[in-house]
Amino acid sequence: MRIAFTVNGRRRSFSGPGMTRLLDVLREDFGLVGTKEGCGEGECGACTVLLDGAAVTSCLIPVAQVRGRRVATVESLGRPERLHPLQEAFLVEGGAQCGICTPGMLMTASAYLRAGGRSDAARIRRELAGNLCRCTGYEHIVRAVQRAARRSRGRG
Amino acid sequence: MPRVAIVGRSARRREGPEKLSGAARYVDDYELPGCLFGATLRSTIPCGRIRGIVFEPGFPWREYAVATAEDIPGANHVALIETDQPLLAKDRVRHAMEPILLVAHPVRAKAYAALEHIRVDYEEERAVLSPEESTKVFKSFFIERGEVDAALARADVIVEGEYRLPHQEQAYIETNGAAAWFEPDGTLVALGSLQCPYYVQKALQPIFALPETKLRVIQAVTGGGFGGKEEYPNVICAHAALLARKAGRPVKIIYDRGEDMAATTKRHPAVIRHRTAANRGGRLVAQDVEILMDGGAYVTLSPVVLSRGTLHATGPYDCPNVRIRSRVVATNTPPNGAFRGFGAPQTLFAAEMQMERLAERLGIDPLALRRRNVVRPGSTLPVGQTLRESVGAARVLEACARRSGYRRRARACARWNRARGRPSWRGVGLALVHHGAGFTGSGEVYLGSRAAVSLTREGELRVLAASTEMGQGTTTLFGQIVAQTLGIPAELVRVETPDTTRVPNSGPTVASRTCMMVGRLLREAAFELKAAVGGRARPFPTTRAGLRAAARRLCGRAQERRFEAVYRKPEGVAWDDAAYRGDAYEAYSFAAMAVELEVDKTTCEVTVRDLTLAADIGTVINPLLAEGQVMGGVAQGLGYALLESAVYENGVMKNARFTDYTIPTTLDTPRMQVAFVPSPYSLGPFGAKGVGELPMDVPAPAVAAAIHDALGLWIPDLPVTPERIAAALARRSGA
Repeated sequence: MRIAFTVNGRRRSFSGPGMTRLLDVLREDFGLVGTKEGCGEGECGACTVLLDGAAVTSCLIPVAQVRGRRVATVESLGRPERLHPLQEAFLVEGGAQCGICTPGMLMTASAYLRAGGRSDAARIRRELAGNLCRCTGYEHIVRAVQRAARRSRGRG
Repeated sequence: MPRVAIVGRSARRREGPEKLSGAARYVDDYELPGCLFGATLRSTIPCGRIRGIVFEPGFPWREYAVATAEDIPGANHVALIETDQPLLAKDRVRHAMEPILLVAHPVRAKAYAALEHIRVDYEEERAVLSPEESTKVFKSFFIERGEVDAALARADVIVEGEYRLPHQEQAYIETNGAAAWFEPDGTLVALGSLQCPYYVQKALQPIFALPETKLRVIQAVTGGGFGGKEEYPNVICAHAALLARKAGRPVKIIYDRGEDMAATTKRHPAVIRHRTAANRGGRLVAQDVEILMDGGAYVTLSPVVLSRGTLHATGPYDCPNVRIRSRVVATNTPPNGAFRGFGAPQTLFAAEMQMERLAERLGIDPLALRRRNVVRPGSTLPVGQTLRESVGAARVLEACARRSGYRRRARACARWNRARGRPSWRGVGLALVHHGAGFTGSGEVYLGSRAAVSLTREGELRVLAASTEMGQGTTTLFGQIVAQTLGIPAELVRVETPDTTRVPNSGPTVASRTCMMVGRLLREAAFELKAAVGGRARPFPTTRAGLRAAARRLCGRAQERRFEAVYRKPEGVAWDDAAYRGDAYEAYSFAAMAVELEVDKTTCEVTVRDLTLAADIGTVINPLLAEGQVMGGVAQGLGYALLESAVYENGVMKNARFTDYTIPTTLDTPRMQVAFVPSPYSLGPFGAKGVGELPMDVPAPAVAAAIHDALGLWIPDLPVTPERIAAALARRSGA
């Protein structure tokens, strides 16, 4: 089975079983290892990517389901030497510690901000409730998203 | 002091950009040519003999590498404190999920699928599943100070309590994983998600009968550890290596969440009994403590977990008469091991609950009771350690009370609870804890840690230590300590990735020791470098060009000059192993926490409304990282208090997934206010002490105290779930 879709703005195609998890296709077939697996059952959010702009857990998405659609992973944001403002906000506020939940956290936050999300802490906490982090206690992550929200609204 | 101010600043996380952009390489992110994936066949029964293993005929076993105990070239044990744990079970199994054999295949899913085609025949034996039934004691301690029985007989009041603490899962978001391969020269390389590269090297040595020079252990970027990657990587690295040896190819083993939760170590469950006596004025006169911990099937680190638990069992209080009896026993359950706090969260929970009960019995405010008994400079702990300096306990208590508005909140909660028609009960709780930094007793002497700074001929300044970065900020902190010591910008310092061929053994990354112990060594090493470069006569270069020039002078023909510092026991610190007396830790950190919460009257769900913590961790090297460490520890402590419990049935964890073993989310974690109230320690680098474990100790007793304040009920077992609250309410109303 050949399945074509867009990943980070680039046309890609996968040949193999349609029930292969999107997570495995990204990591193993496309070498996009920024997306992490934490639980394999949609509980932890570490594998979150954007599917047509919406945050989804890629461990629960069979690749057949993304045919013709747009997928964005953490690699679409910025590079170590040129971080995206959201990543920069995480760096400044201490939103990443061990870093394993970070790509998923960033993608969920990025969907929230792209949808015009504000810097309201309670809203941000609701939005991020599906992404587990064991290091930070979340406060610095919430502050990072608040900072990014203020910045993007200030710009726009 | 150097001109630049680096220590005390919130320097950004060094490896942050790589982690934030998905460029950081965790062990599963490495692509290794020709790599096979390993899977582990585990026992399904808690205790019994292995009669035989049957490989299903007709299954394509030729595609697989299979390794059993027979394939181990050296000793079949995982060396740690003892050598009782087999790498692979041979004749008998002592716990469910015990590894029996390993298979590997180029396709990950096929490796796991093969396990379904192997049958193990067991002769099942009666299993010991609860520590109270066990007669096999791994380790016990006895501490006595003063005249406990006489003091109890004379005391004005005595409160008694029994507390039960559950298994807790470390729940790092990256599961345990390792890769291993053999180099053409016969060197075994293990790459893993791990805290202690030299522990792995030590464990691999007898299994493969190879000299240290042929064993290389490299830390991959590690997605959280919390103790769960202290000793367990010894097992998984050795498993991967054994398969690699059999297959002649690299092998990677990455546990899925279910396997990781069900098979790897947890926090030790404990049953703790306390008798606490005081006079009418609220001064402690006696503490009589009995501790029972469940070690699981093998010794692992249980003796030292028990030791730390024992040494923290009275709380940070001055009491003239103390008796502590503790033991950790064997059961036929998966071995328990290191988890942030290392025995102290269990015993401090019990100790602090006793203070709350005592306050209630005496009719004294819990804050006032703590003020009367808190340790101060000159106080003596039960093992005879007199606290001389850096004793911030009273100060953190006051800072916490003031910043949280503890008394005002307590009055407001009481008013809320008196009013009619409220949907909830509200309460405030307070707790105060201490946590010793570094290995217990003579531990640091036995470790004899070494750390170095080196200057290469090209002028690169490198920090060399085996202390790992797993999220807590080791590399950033080390960079700050060395840069400040030399008076140079931190960007000029590179911190080497832990790799046993490149860095000296600075000891394991555990026990809140990285900043205080290894940081001190690095500061000493940096001083030596500074002196060699020119001492006072010639200022240390502060630019890359200057470093290059200095490096050429210093190195001559050599590639690099390395300055290594070795741990020396500070003057005046003494510990007697045989008597179990003396200075248990060089220094203690302290934390006080106040929490306000509410309990829903219909669902009994608990919501934390406000949380304030004050901590004395000595000088704060990096406030942002320290605050992050503290908040993260608090969240784990809130999970321990309210949510987390591994449930076992016939020795098997039944809720080995995040759906059923719930850890706090953004919605379970409140906004936190953290204040640092430093009492610097003269021998810590720039006055710093330890921070990692401290915040794990304090939330559970504070939460349980607040629940008592809200409901008027003591719930002595963790976690305090809605079910437990509802049951306690029902018992009270006689339903």
